[in-house]
Amino acid sequence: MSNSPAPYRSAVPWLAVAPALLLLVFFSWPLAGIVARGARGAAFVALFANPAIAPVLWFTTWQALASTLLTLLAALPVTHILARYQFAGRRVLLALVSTAFVLPTVVVGAAFLALLPPAWHRTAWAIIAAHVYFNCAVVVRVVGSRWEQLHPHLVDAARTLGASPLHILRTITLPLLRPALSAASAVVFLFSFTSYGVVRLLGGPARSTIETEIYLRAVHLDDLSGATALSLLQLAVLALLMWWWLQSAAARHSSSGAVFTQVRRPRTAARFAAVYGIGALTAAAVLAPLLALLLRSLRVGGTLSSSGWRAVFAPGVGSVVHSPLAAVLTSLQFALVTSICATLLGLATACAIAYGSRRLALLDALVMLPLAASAVTLGLGMLITFSAAPLNLRAAWIITPLAHTLIALPLVVRMLLPVVRAVPQGAREAAAVLGAAPWRVWLSIDLPLVARAAMAAAAFAFAVSLGEFGASSFLTRRTTATLPVEIARLLARPGDLVQAQGFVLATVLVLFTVTAIAAVDGLRPERLTI
Amino acid sequence: MPNKYGGAFMQCLLRCAAGATLALSAGCASSAASSGAVALASPVPAATFTSAAPVTLTLLAYDSFTPSAGMFDAFTKETGIEVQLALGGDAGELVTKAALTAGTPEGDVLWGVDNTLLSRALQAGMFAPYASPNLAHMDAAVTALVPGHAATPVDTGDVCINYDIAWFKARNLAPPLTLQDLASAAYKDLLVTPSPLTSSPGLAFLLATVAQFGEDSWQAYWKQLRGNGVLVVDGWTEAYYTEFSGSSGKGSRPLVVSYGSSPPAEVIYADPPISEAPTAVVLRTCFRQVEFAGVLRGTAHEREAQLLVDYLTSVAFQEDLPLTMFVYPVHQAAALPEAFTKYAQRPAAPLQLDPARIATQRSTWLDEWTTLVLR
Repeated sequence: MSNSPAPYRSAVPWLAVAPALLLLVFFSWPLAGIVARGARGAAFVALFANPAIAPVLWFTTWQALASTLLTLLAALPVTHILARYQFAGRRVLLALVSTAFVLPTVVVGAAFLALLPPAWHRTAWAIIAAHVYFNCAVVVRVVGSRWEQLHPHLVDAARTLGASPLHILRTITLPLLRPALSAASAVVFLFSFTSYGVVRLLGGPARSTIETEIYLRAVHLDDLSGATALSLLQLAVLALLMWWWLQSAAARHSSSGAVFTQVRRPRTAARFAAVYGIGALTAAAVLAPLLALLLRSLRVGGTLSSSGWRAVFAPGVGSVVHSPLAAVLTSLQFALVTSICATLLGLATACAIAYGSRRLALLDALVMLPLAASAVTLGLGMLITFSAAPLNLRAAWIITPLAHTLIALPLVVRMLLPVVRAVPQGAREAAAVLGAAPWRVWLSIDLPLVARAAMAAAAFAFAVSLGEFGASSFLTRRTTATLPVEIARLLARPGDLVQAQGFVLATVLVLFTVTAIAAVDGLRPERLTI
Repeated sequence: MPNKYGGAFMQCLLRCAAGATLALSAGCASSAASSGAVALASPVPAATFTSAAPVTLTLLAYDSFTPSAGMFDAFTKETGIEVQLALGGDAGELVTKAALTAGTPEGDVLWGVDNTLLSRALQAGMFAPYASPNLAHMDAAVTALVPGHAATPVDTGDVCINYDIAWFKARNLAPPLTLQDLASAAYKDLLVTPSPLTSSPGLAFLLATVAQFGEDSWQAYWKQLRGNGVLVVDGWTEAYYTEFSGSSGKGSRPLVVSYGSSPPAEVIYADPPISEAPTAVVLRTCFRQVEFAGVLRGTAHEREAQLLVDYLTSVAFQEDLPLTMFVYPVHQAAALPEAFTKYAQRPAAPLQLDPARIATQRSTWLDEWTTLVLR
């Protein structure tokens, strides 16, 4: 039953050992800890008897629904022009929309704090606006690629027959887009439902989602049993959503893969104005929060000043242990460790899955599991599991990059697997016939072909680690605070200079993330369309 | 691999492997200058210390821990022990983080557990008990709160409603006199309080209302407060310096939950100098707060940490507290500065609650409060 390439047959199972061990020890064990604690009847009964919980569940749900609806409304115009028209700045616009999606959630929260007037902070609408901001890219990508497949002649024919644009939208375009729309909605809902960083920064004491309530109970209220019960509930909801999504995804894949990418220039003056108007508005909406972030980092005491930047990068000598600058260095170190671990383990996993027997395909499912749990749940699980014997890592710095590795690994494997599978088999066999040892074959045949993708994956893992907040907020200590943790800490405190330093760090994090993601895009073998 | 993390990781593995070695190393890694420590009443003879490496202690505290600059120099000179501050968060966050890391602490000594959070700290076992000789110079009512000496009292204060005198004068409105007044229409949309979920003065204020109205009636009072437009923010600094109209932040609300010693702070820090406090305290709303410091269990420098606790409760350090942190010393020989005696008001009979009730009911009250006020 083995489909391994001949040269690797004996070596392949060993490749699975390290990733499987990592997942079992650092993911399955903490999760089992959460299930064991949270599933105690008493904890669950107490949770539902607690009058403070129902409003959390309700707020989590309605803000996610509102975010999904508003994201669709905000994103469909720009999706339409990107899928249908050729215009100056199209690529830039696409890159901008995608950038908003890869920004760390803490940065988006900070940017909306900078952009919105103080009266709007701590409102549900600030949270929803931030969700719309980074989720637009989901709609643009998922719905856009389907929209490109709709044959333009369908619409042309309807128009010739006298149908109004609204009638065409209602009877032709929307029905054909429906599967893509529901897929995008499901993803946006999932992201908004599990939102953590944005809510921590914009929510204030009165606004709590399940994720932030887990943090509040575990870290502020000393209610670990409530926190684990909520985590378990969150896991169940996520599992349900994923199951539903996979079910409908199966149905969706029957659509034809034909692409009629016929982007054309807007012909009439009205259409020209609409295309450029929507484009300019969207670009402005993406850039405004980031500009506000930069400006706030330069404003201290109501005037333009570089003292925030100086306070971060040229701090005076003090007796205080940690500093914003230390967070920058810690984040870079953690990102580097994560990047190395996730790439090596990801490569081993991808090779084991691609070359191994069917049984190793189980690893494929196992490695995807961390995607199904929220980072907050992972952080809480690791906190309660590794704070005591037999494996006490509470004071060890490695625990945070380990969590980051688990979170990055599924994405890294997804990036590497197609590339590993595409390596031609004949070249390997030729090398093996000539007497090369398996590792020689891999180094001389496979590695050169997957190296680019591996570097892209490394840059991606780097970016994931830089922006990770959910698990880090549980696992970091004062001396190992990462950029997102330090940003949240600074922005929760009043004082002009303190706030400015928070915005400085958020700006720095934007620069790091955008650089890493640009490296990913530059290294990817296939160019991006939509 | 960065060195400091590498070291920490190894240390942790070592701890997992053998707790015994840790105890051994804690005994050895003491400071050469510990002989000077005898002056601070050390029950352990200094001669037992052998190592020559100077020790640096990490003192954990909340964000608003602000002793005078150079306040630890005298301690370092006397004992050879350096002190590093690690500040972060509000008192609630400080205590929970320390409770979660009980046994593998992030520092050696912690400053800032108050009587509203003490039970949480004791349950978590985050402190290594230590009876400082300075306990002999403290009021019995204060030391009685920690019979097992898990933590050492360091200061007391009162959490009270503060008001902006000028604001009320300009509107010809009498400031409130009682907690009940705050719920009346005359004071609609005027009060800001830090959240009891995340702030210790916020929690003290909630407990004040429980003490005033009773365990069955405070809920109705908070319903009225909510109807009367009380604003809840995350922390004390945000409430006092951003939302309160009487502070330098010039916010919009003239009533705030703050400290009994906030008015002298306004005078002392006024620029240009002023002779009258711009704010005052509603004495009948005050709740007594006692703060504690303690040696964190699991520190590698337990003996040195005990010396630091002695220093924190010494007359020299205690006399610095009123003007820098606006709390009252617990050492009975510590003198109060003049500005403090002149502008600070102390309630004769502050509101108080049985610590045992706080310990058992706190989380229930917080959940009830959250539902009533925030959701």
